[in-house]
Amino acid sequence: MNIVLSHLGDYAHGMEQTVVLTLVSYLGAFVIGLAVASCRVSPVPPLRAIGTLYVDIVRNVPLLVQFFIFFFGLTKVGIQFAPFTTAIIVLSMYHGAFVGEVVRAGINTVDKGQIDAARALGFTFPAVLVQLVLPQAIRSVVQPLGNVFIALIKNSSVAYFISVVELLGTADRLNTETAQGIPVFIGAAVGYLILALSSAYVLRQMEKRLAVVR
Amino acid sequence: MRHIELVDKENHQPMKPNHWRFGALLAVVALVLAACGSSGSSSAKSSSKAPTFAAGSTMDAIQKKGKLIVGTKFDQPLFGLKSATSGKVEGFDVDIAREMAKGIFGDASDIDSKIQLVETVSKNREAFIQNGTVDIVVATYTVNDTRKQVVDFAGPYFLAHEDIMVKKDDSTIKSVTDLNGKKVCSAQGSTSIKNLMAKAPQADTSITFDTYSQCADAMGDGRVQAVVTDNAILAGLVKNSDGKYKVLNAPFSDEPYGIGLKKGDTALRGFLNDTLDKIEKDGTWKKLFTSTVASGGVETPTPPAPIRY
Repeated sequence: MNIVLSHLGDYAHGMEQTVVLTLVSYLGAFVIGLAVASCRVSPVPPLRAIGTLYVDIVRNVPLLVQFFIFFFGLTKVGIQFAPFTTAIIVLSMYHGAFVGEVVRAGINTVDKGQIDAARALGFTFPAVLVQLVLPQAIRSVVQPLGNVFIALIKNSSVAYFISVVELLGTADRLNTETAQGIPVFIGAAVGYLILALSSAYVLRQMEKRLAVVR
Repeated sequence: MRHIELVDKENHQPMKPNHWRFGALLAVVALVLAACGSSGSSSAKSSSKAPTFAAGSTMDAIQKKGKLIVGTKFDQPLFGLKSATSGKVEGFDVDIAREMAKGIFGDASDIDSKIQLVETVSKNREAFIQNGTVDIVVATYTVNDTRKQVVDFAGPYFLAHEDIMVKKDDSTIKSVTDLNGKKVCSAQGSTSIKNLMAKAPQADTSITFDTYSQCADAMGDGRVQAVVTDNAILAGLVKNSDGKYKVLNAPFSDEPYGIGLKKGDTALRGFLNDTLDKIEKDGTWKKLFTSTVASGGVETPTPPAPIRY
């Protein structure tokens, strides 16, 4: 374990990268998720089809494959992003599909009578969605949204395969330098636990404040 | 308040008699299969020509087990490359491993059936040796002091040098010092980056991948200007690049390739060194090298003598 203690600075830097990657990607995933869920409950059939297609494709292709397609594949058609940017795009898109499904579940909990009432009062569909449905929907799915966040913390490690040196990458580089894989990767596991557990704590507090009491 | 049914009533029913009968049948099938398995392996007796080893030695254990488990690379042209058509892994490392197997099992015609190849990449080689996933690692594995603290090495069986691969039309990079300020790729878990930073501290090594083939791809895509690693590995990449890449032939370090084995297994290390000595002296080494690595444009050198530390 000495090897971990003598490289705490490296681990801290790796964790910082993981945190940035997670926060920015979650923001992206949240925006994409709201859009996807809105599409899927929209009265316009083409929008519904787009939302369904997005979820069906993005949710069902392994994350690593999506990373390789975006990193190596897009270059072949002349589009090239830096590794970190690629990671944020892919992580946002992938988790956006999951957020979308969670939010859709939340939308289904909103009483249909309220929507009918709002429509009868002359609210347009977007207005009903933004002002009435989504605020309630999100509050009822705080806990599963937190699950997606914690999954994202861990999934961000896949970015290492396109050479973003986050927490896993730090551990892997230390493994090269020191050839002591087991303590080095346990160090990374502890890092992920710290991040995930502290997030879980914050999420629990948010849930207490926000969740709809039924 | 909504009431939630927590208990699935169906699963709480006691197991019905016919379930028991099915379970018993399964158990019998499993037992029969297990029996077949063990008799199958014991019938595969070692060949008559096989040498005998001291009881309790690793060689003896491998002989009894009937298989030498070797970690090697599956994506390394000339050394260990899995053929997409035949599914066989071929190259100099695999050939060296086969000679080691011959030393244990005797020179039998079915020697390949006694070798089990396991894919290793640069970063999992120590772990695979330490946890016993493989008996030995023959995988373009550079002997160095850090690694010697956790595993032991037999050999070296080849002395490679780190070199630089660039695009064919690149004329700006001529030696390692020209890499300052350039983007350079190497594989995660290899020693190349450390050596490079010692010679060209301003080189940008932020792009690294699992395998060298991805580095070559990244150079083709213009993400990096050069790939650094051992000349023998680069030769394989150049060979597969349809003339798009070239090796500069400006070596900047020595990379002795050794056979990795569990730390402290002196008997196995001695045996591997003896076997290497033998194939180097009787011309087998030269024959194998010529048919593999030399075909990528690397000159056949005099084999390095094993170092017995």
